[in-house]
Amino acid sequence: MTALSTPETAPPVAPAATGRSPSRLIWDRIRRDRAAVFGMAIIVLFVVIAVTAPLLTMINGWSPYDFDPSAIDKKLAGVPKGILGGISAEHWLGVEPVSGRDIFSRVVYGAQISLLISVLAVIVSVLVGTVLGLLAGYFGGWIDAAISRVMDLLMSFPSLIFMIALISVMPDGNRILLLVAIMGGFGWPYIGRIVRGQAITVKHREYVDAARVGGAMGPSILFREMLPNITAPILVYATLAIPTNIGTEAALSFLGVGVRPPTASWGQMIQESMVWYEVDPMYFIIPGICLFLTVLAFTLFGDAMRDAIDPKGGRR
Amino acid sequence: MIVYLAKRIAAVVGILLVICAVTFVIFYVVPSDPAIQACGKTCTPERVAEVRAQMGLDKPVWEQFGVYVVGIFAGRTLGAGIECGIPCFGFSYQNSLPVWDLLVDRLGTSVSLAIGAAVLWLIVGLTVGIISALRQGTALDRTLMIATLTSASLPVYFVAMLLLLFVVRIAEILPYPAYVELAEDPVAWASNLILPWFTLAALYAAMYARLSRAQMIETMSEPYIRTARAKGLPERTVVVKHGMRAAMTPIVTIFGMDLGGLLAGAMITETVFGLPGIGRLAYDGIVKADQPVILGTTLLAAFFIVIANLVVDLVYAVIDPRVRYS
Repeated sequence: MTALSTPETAPPVAPAATGRSPSRLIWDRIRRDRAAVFGMAIIVLFVVIAVTAPLLTMINGWSPYDFDPSAIDKKLAGVPKGILGGISAEHWLGVEPVSGRDIFSRVVYGAQISLLISVLAVIVSVLVGTVLGLLAGYFGGWIDAAISRVMDLLMSFPSLIFMIALISVMPDGNRILLLVAIMGGFGWPYIGRIVRGQAITVKHREYVDAARVGGAMGPSILFREMLPNITAPILVYATLAIPTNIGTEAALSFLGVGVRPPTASWGQMIQESMVWYEVDPMYFIIPGICLFLTVLAFTLFGDAMRDAIDPKGGRR
Repeated sequence: MIVYLAKRIAAVVGILLVICAVTFVIFYVVPSDPAIQACGKTCTPERVAEVRAQMGLDKPVWEQFGVYVVGIFAGRTLGAGIECGIPCFGFSYQNSLPVWDLLVDRLGTSVSLAIGAAVLWLIVGLTVGIISALRQGTALDRTLMIATLTSASLPVYFVAMLLLLFVVRIAEILPYPAYVELAEDPVAWASNLILPWFTLAALYAAMYARLSRAQMIETMSEPYIRTARAKGLPERTVVVKHGMRAAMTPIVTIFGMDLGGLLAGAMITETVFGLPGIGRLAYDGIVKADQPVILGTTLLAAFFIVIANLVVDLVYAVIDPRVRYS
């Protein structure tokens, strides 16, 4: 009798009793958090927009660099024709004053720049911060002292002034890589400090001792024993570092040292719109809202992730 | 205590020297010719040569650095007739003024901006945070937290432009900000700074509200709060004397550092509103590649941050009796 395959005789196992891995548990908690789901939806939306930018602008029919003299009013110093900054069937989010470039296309490509630079910068920060934080926490002594002093020093730098100054004196090269390197370079101590603290707490755990007794060498203990046990906080802080970096990239572009025109960036669009804020407010409101939504979305998601990983923390 | 203080001050001087050295090397070595940049675009070759000699660019970098550091304490004479008094942070050829004079001239604006905004964000932020914590989980708490999250996610310049659009342009409640000295006309001083204060405070108040809420919730769940309630203290005393005092100590640390950072100029806010502060000076220096100004403003900013850190550590032991100097 094949009793096991028939539903009537199957043992009454409650679904909750099935084992759920820690990552599964965290994921379930995040999914139940409405704010997190909202944040995730916006993140997905902007990622899709960024990835499909060429396709979207093809449908829209305007590249971010196309000038459209017919959409602006030459007699009025180049103000967009029509209401709300020239929003029409032709130009979905209106046009820029003077040039008549399509704002939708520029915002879409701006999403690409914003996400690309901030995520790459976070990756740089996480890589450097994790390795140096692990080394400092595990070895202690002069290695810890040296790394910690460097972190203290970097954190007491007036970073915005310094970043701007540094970018402005650097030889002209790939601006995106330069931004990633500089933002990543100033961001790693914040991750490094957390990793160092975590490393200190886990380095005397039994499994680390066991690995050491078993003959594991330094790198293997650091990256195969300790690292997997501290990935959760690293992930949380990496997620929360993304909105910070989006803000920094936009601020740098706003101050004129971000990506070089004609490449579109939200911060740069807002800077260009400053002289137009009275006659054409949509010009700064649209990129401003995009910036606001992405920062908000990553913050919501990062916060939810932190709460899910450490439910009793409930901070902020 | 004295030993601790001496050690900390030595560390502060060390950090400032390193920052000075790093900044110096980057801004005097990386550009192809600092003299051309320092002198500005409308500069004759003879003038460039003169500036180069005055800046000491013909000497090795370490010697230039030595001259710079000594100049801070002893003053310098740069060529014919250019006196750079103590403390000499270099000479801005583009402004024809010693950097120190420029800094002193701009400091009042930045300090006015920072202090006013700080008062505003402390009052709003802490009130919101504490109310939210005491009403944790209610509709009020949720509304306030959504508001703070929104406020914290808005870029500073976006807030500034929205305020300019709605308050100045559409409602016409306030004039477009133009800095007036406090001593000259206190009312005009304040009314011109309201928008910049709100702009800065919007961001910081949101962060402080979230932080103080979290701190307060954590503190109010401590056993000693239950003890205080159990021995019959009025709720007000429990919240204010037992809860708030412990909850606020970590916020003092962050406040010190934030204020320190802002005293040396809120670059974006000052730029958007056209306020003549240190941040604006730094920004103009960067745009015009005026190396001595960049170096001077960076050092001043680092100085404020490092000093704020020191002050915070010292104050900490006073407000939190558990902390001892070591």
